[in-house]
Amino acid sequence: MDHIPINKVGEFLLVSLQVDMDDHQALILQNNLTTQVVKTRAKGVLIDISSVDIVDSFMGRMLGNMASITRVLGANSVVVGMQPAVAITIVELGLSLTTIKTALNVDKGMALLQTLVNKATNESSHESFER
Amino acid sequence: MTTNTSNRVAEIFTRYEQPILEDWLREQLAALTARQDLISEADLRRQSAELLALFIPACRAGNFTDITTPDWKAVLAFLSNISRSRALQGFSPSETATVVFSLKQPLFSRLRQEFSANVDTALADELWNATVLLDKLGLYTTEVFQKSREEIIKRQQEEMLELSTPVIKLWEGVLAVPLVGMLDSVRTRVVMENILQSIISTGSSMAIIDITGVPNVDTQVSQHLLNTVLAAKLMGAQCIISGIRPEIALAMVHLGVEFGDVVTKATLADALAYAFLKIGIVVTSTALHA
Repeated sequence: MDHIPINKVGEFLLVSLQVDMDDHQALILQNNLTTQVVKTRAKGVLIDISSVDIVDSFMGRMLGNMASITRVLGANSVVVGMQPAVAITIVELGLSLTTIKTALNVDKGMALLQTLVNKATNESSHESFER
Repeated sequence: MTTNTSNRVAEIFTRYEQPILEDWLREQLAALTARQDLISEADLRRQSAELLALFIPACRAGNFTDITTPDWKAVLAFLSNISRSRALQGFSPSETATVVFSLKQPLFSRLRQEFSANVDTALADELWNATVLLDKLGLYTTEVFQKSREEIIKRQQEEMLELSTPVIKLWEGVLAVPLVGMLDSVRTRVVMENILQSIISTGSSMAIIDITGVPNVDTQVSQHLLNTVLAAKLMGAQCIISGIRPEIALAMVHLGVEFGDVVTKATLADALAYAFLKIGIVVTSTALHA
């Protein structure tokens, strides 16, 4: 499988990593995600990695990068379904993925995204009201 | 030594097998008087008879003072079994070695009897050979005994590791892990895996790590705890560390140990209250107020 699908769900994008990505696929995904966020004007990105069993430093950095990119584009991102082994590996590699937000599963991830988006809209409407 | 001498001992054994067995049993029983509760006389008799039955052909065939030769294989295997079972039953090493050493007395008295007519250097030689052989066998039992003990200790350590890290479901979505005893890297690893696995299987978004039972918290232990909290956070669950006793809190501040932005609470109750607040559960008392 060359192409990792990016699905639009409501005002969010859902990226589901079904296989262990190689570096090339990861780079393609990063590009596609960037263009899709801009094209669909998505307010949030949900990255589901529950099927990923193996992670290396590159993959860890990719996750961090994707979170940063979506933030720059004005969207929130949540990584969901990380497996215990993957979490332990990332911690032991010393990758401080403090920038990414996480949730247990897609359901909770969606809820988290919704609250983040609501908060952002509330704040912005509040600001305009004050002006 | 020459085959001649070893044949003499073997001969004595063959000829006086029954009386030697009786004497030997009496010796063993005298030495083990306190341990009648651990092994019955009938069992002891059976073991001794079997050992003697293996011992005699080995004596006859084998190189008398070298127990590493294949002729002694059966005897050594049987002794290993005895030592191992005694270690499990709770005998002491010296009590186990007595099994072999108590054979000396009956054998020596028979030898003395045999040579009573012509007391010469032959008796001394025979005695020396028999002593060397029995000492070697005795030491062998002690060695096997020690090994079995170590195996038992190792197995118990592993069992303790599993026992000592239970993950409890306190509420829908709230897990608790009471840690008892010192935290080293091996245990932390087990704890970490247990917590993370339980987070997945129960779908809990809060996990409380209670360190009331951890005797001291130094920089290393705190690093282990922090790693666990970080890993849980990556999976989408929040960890609270609770049960920090006053003296631990003091020691931590003196050592400069910090838990970063991890939520810490004094008691498990406080941590549970915080978890409820986070997942939006309100607890009210139904007791009537005066």
